[in-house]
Amino acid sequence: MEATFKTQLAKIACKVRIGIIEGVHAAKAGHPGGSLSIAEILTYLYFKEMNIDPNAPKDPKRDRFVLSKGHAAPALYATLAERGYFSPDELLTLRQIGSRLQGHPDMKNIPGVDMSTGSLGQGISTAVGMALSSKHFGDNYNVYTILGDGELEEGQVWEAAMFAAHKNLSNLTAFVDLNNLQIDGTIDEVNSAKPVDKKFEAFGWHVIIIDGHDFDAIEAALAEAKTVDKPVAIVANTTKGKGVSFMENSVSWHGTAPNDEQYEVAMSELKAALAAFN
Amino acid sequence: MADIKTVATRAAFGETLVELGAERDDFIVMDADLAAATQTGKFKKAYPERFYNCGIAEQNMVSIAAGIAATGKKVVVSSFAMFAAGRAFEQVRNSVGYPHLNVIIGATHAGISVGEDGATHQCNEDIALMRTIPGMTVINPADETEARLAVRAAFECDGPVYMRFGRLPVPVVFDESYKFEIGKGVELREGNDVTIIATGLMVKEALEAYDLLKAEGINARIINMATIKPIDRDIIIKAAKETGAIVTAEEHSVIGGLGSAVSEVICETVPVPVVKLGVNDQFGHSGPAVKLLDEFGLRAVNIVEKAKTAIALKK
Repeated sequence: MEATFKTQLAKIACKVRIGIIEGVHAAKAGHPGGSLSIAEILTYLYFKEMNIDPNAPKDPKRDRFVLSKGHAAPALYATLAERGYFSPDELLTLRQIGSRLQGHPDMKNIPGVDMSTGSLGQGISTAVGMALSSKHFGDNYNVYTILGDGELEEGQVWEAAMFAAHKNLSNLTAFVDLNNLQIDGTIDEVNSAKPVDKKFEAFGWHVIIIDGHDFDAIEAALAEAKTVDKPVAIVANTTKGKGVSFMENSVSWHGTAPNDEQYEVAMSELKAALAAFN
Repeated sequence: MADIKTVATRAAFGETLVELGAERDDFIVMDADLAAATQTGKFKKAYPERFYNCGIAEQNMVSIAAGIAATGKKVVVSSFAMFAAGRAFEQVRNSVGYPHLNVIIGATHAGISVGEDGATHQCNEDIALMRTIPGMTVINPADETEARLAVRAAFECDGPVYMRFGRLPVPVVFDESYKFEIGKGVELREGNDVTIIATGLMVKEALEAYDLLKAEGINARIINMATIKPIDRDIIIKAAKETGAIVTAEEHSVIGGLGSAVSEVICETVPVPVVKLGVNDQFGHSGPAVKLLDEFGLRAVNIVEKAKTAIALKK
């Protein structure tokens, strides 16, 4: 990847993180940890990978994205705003009465949201449905989804995985945000789905393991995904809370908003990171 | 007496899908390893390339259907009522209902008349579950004719539709002149002493109850309420005003189904006695369907008793 483009993507991911913190702080609620961990993946998908147009969010031939881990809505909203689907100012309305930006994604009202999600395990099945529709009706678009690692504890994920491989849905790519934490603790403590790669392989998927914060790795994985005739799982090792020092690798930042003081610290860190690119 | 033709509404469902398959190719049919029983197997045989078997995974099937519908395509999913409405309830609610997607759910083997399979498969709760989902249309056809019309109407409906079909062959009540419209009850017999509002296979029993009551000098109004949601408020209110007492009859729990839906309207508009006939707060058990309908009190004679109770409660 060209260095200047990589820097551009890194700056966007930084702005996405700023949007996440601003939204969750304004809402005084939400899920910052698992939003911050997927900033690079979302940035790459919406700024390089996917065939989409913010001016035609309902184009029937567009690529689709499903945020199966719907609680990371602040990350999706910040990415969509940065991409031009709506004004970044709207991020401050997150979770407020009258806002389009519901606590979990609402496809009916938010431009760019392709599926309503939030109840874990269901998003990947809907992505499978979209991939099936694409193939069945000859529309030839690709479908992308992001699963949480804790989400893999939902049995429906594996029903979807079984079906996708059986129906050879090679136009489906599922990222697993392997940040090792879920709301009640580490996934190792709660009910580990590890080894994640071996499980998806056993279900008939092509598996690629990457550093989920490395744009080169994301790009290479998505390029590899296009060469295989199977659904692809990209197991992305990530850091929950990435980019905000006191949120990194901390269970307590799964679903907690920063107070004003914490907000200032987080913003100063993210703004410093952004300024460092200039 | 001439032989009355009996057809299971599930058969009408499967056959109508085949007809629609010849008319349009813009929809997919899915099943969860029960295609022979639900009758979607007929569609599979006719249009194998448009049929997808999800295997025994109803939750996944319902969410997949939501994904297909989210791409702007029509999709029909089918399983037994127990699994479509019961097991996959939350997928129907969150994947399909919340985004108001055009998914048609063809739920077969509803009610006690599943018969020998027993309580685990006798779903008497599906109407209650489905009608609590905002924007869901719930249809429970009375016979083959109505089932065919309902399937066609569901394809024209905006938003999700839950259709309830039975395993047991039931008498064909309506001829080709019958008109079906989603959200409209149909007055089948005139009368002003009491109104019997029935749905599904209880419609035929209600018509028999009409004759039994008539013989005793009681003029009952008979209404077929195929659409449980949106419920036809006007026909209920009119009946309450004109007859002063209502009996509901359904092959479903007395909690949450047609009886509840009618009561909700009556309580807030024209408070008159509403007496509910259905499966009481209990599980079913194995046995031949026709014997279970006798045992659980889902017959014309039971409707007659309830009608007399309702009349006695009139002020």
